[in-house]
Amino acid sequence: MALSLSPTPGPARSHEPAIEVSHVGISFEDKLVLLDVSFQVGRGETLVLLGVTGSGKSVLLKLLLGLLKPDSGRILIEGQDLVPLSENELSLVRRRMGIVFQEGALFDSLSVYENVAYRLREERERDEEKIECRVREVLRFVELEDAIDKMPAELSGGMRRRVSVARAIISNPLIMFYDSPTAGLDPVTAHAINVLIAKLRDTQGVSSIVVTHRLQDAFVLSNYVFSPEKQGLVAARTDGRSGRIDPTRFLVLRDGKVYFHGTREEFVLAQDTYLRKFLI
Amino acid sequence: MLAVLFENFLKRKVLAVQEFTHLLAGSFERAFSPPHYVIDTLVQMDIIGFGSLPIVLLTGFFTGAVLALQTYRTLSTFGEVGLLGEVVALSIVRELGPVLTALMVAGRNSSGIASEIGSMLVSEQVDAMRALGTDPLRKLVLPRLFATLLTLPLLTILSDFFGMMGGYLVSSSTVRLSGEEYWVRAYQALTIQDVTQGMLKPFFFGVTIAAVGCYFGLHTTGGTAGVGRSTTQSVVAASVAILVLDFFITKFLIAIRFF
Ligand SMILES: Nc1ncnc2c1ncn2[C@@H]1O[C@H](COP(=O)(O)OP(=O)(O)O)[C@@H](O)[C@H]1O
Ligand SMILES: [Mg+2]
Repeated sequence: MALSLSPTPGPARSHEPAIEVSHVGISFEDKLVLLDVSFQVGRGETLVLLGVTGSGKSVLLKLLLGLLKPDSGRILIEGQDLVPLSENELSLVRRRMGIVFQEGALFDSLSVYENVAYRLREERERDEEKIECRVREVLRFVELEDAIDKMPAELSGGMRRRVSVARAIISNPLIMFYDSPTAGLDPVTAHAINVLIAKLRDTQGVSSIVVTHRLQDAFVLSNYVFSPEKQGLVAARTDGRSGRIDPTRFLVLRDGKVYFHGTREEFVLAQDTYLRKFLI
Repeated sequence: MLAVLFENFLKRKVLAVQEFTHLLAGSFERAFSPPHYVIDTLVQMDIIGFGSLPIVLLTGFFTGAVLALQTYRTLSTFGEVGLLGEVVALSIVRELGPVLTALMVAGRNSSGIASEIGSMLVSEQVDAMRALGTDPLRKLVLPRLFATLLTLPLLTILSDFFGMMGGYLVSSSTVRLSGEEYWVRAYQALTIQDVTQGMLKPFFFGVTIAAVGCYFGLHTTGGTAGVGRSTTQSVVAASVAILVLDFFITKFLIAIRFF
């Protein structure tokens, strides 16, 4: 794969949704985890995935990456069905996707540099200068260039997740998955992660799915946009003049099914007692 | 009730064997096509081969020494003390060297492999690896298989040698056998068949040690507590497998009239 030195925004090549999930079900031994799940994520859209612990949010992300195979249903990434693909074919599709696992899942035995460079090495990039240049670039993006020579054990929880983001975006993925990226972090660090997610969305046009327990994170993502001038979040203009339509959708998983899927207004105004529990 | 439990138990065991075979077959299939992780293999050879050297040599040495002590007591009742070198050499090269080396390496490395891969699994590093386009069978399993396969025979040779040294030191100090008597007897007693069977076994044991460690590592469930469990299980399973395998390899060699 060619290595571009400056990330280019993902072009909307066609009108296919970035992700399309239809009638997906999966069970482990006798345990039904997902029963019948269908939804779409448009290009540039952010889907906030909610659900109680054990409702299958992480399993859903793993299905979308092809790390697990569903028992039934179809999973389309940019129009391509993952289910029939072999592990080799899947690794091609996975180049277009990045994931940040709950605890970062950095490789303990490798330095930050090697963690971030991992994918380039897997793609047989030999030019060490090119690798270092690109690694520094993405580490600068997550504002961690200083940590380049550290080992994962020396990093704080928030730093680990930022390195994990850097590792995931090194190949300019068009789709990003975040599994509880702010869980267990203090509010300041959590905010930094949110800024990062918005930055990727607003400067690179990345479509994303964010699993979170903290609804305030979800509202930050839906109410604010990243401003390259200010290097931070500014309130999204909602007067319609900016032409920005809030690209955030909310999805609630319950008992293996999609319990709710809609915009922020629909979610906030919903009278449903189960949904209200997420809002308090 | 008991029958159902027993049936479930059997089903689980059959499934485990099936998955283990799958792991071996998958690795074998990948061994002949790129990409190969050469550096990972070298690192594992260092950890598994070089790292096991002290315990393997110590084990070999004291096994040979105690064997000479015990055999001397028996031989002296027949007045055949001169056979000491022969008995020590045959026992060490045919059986004790390969089996004890494999058991020591299993204790050290099946557990090490299972715990390392197990903790990678529960901290989602294996998933992260796959998400970044790496096949864990190639990156994690094959380097460990190769490393053990290549280093265990070498360790066995060294262990055999130290075992015979141990025997020699005992025979020269306690029994007052001359060095010439011991070594010439030992050398003459060993046939090419003895050496071949002693050197054949480590290849099978090596694969067993690495594959069992990888299997238990990759099938870890239940978080960090699960890592401890798979570590213990891997040592038990690998040790038992080595002893059972040893019996069947020997039986097979006898059946084909290898010696
Ligand atoms: N590999 C697996 N084997 C067996 N059960 C699993 C596996 N992965 C997930 N599960 C089960 O699936 C359910 C959903 O898990 P998960 O997606 O991690 O929930 P969460 O929504 O909290 O992320 C849990 O009950 C879990 O025990
Ligand atoms: Mg989860």
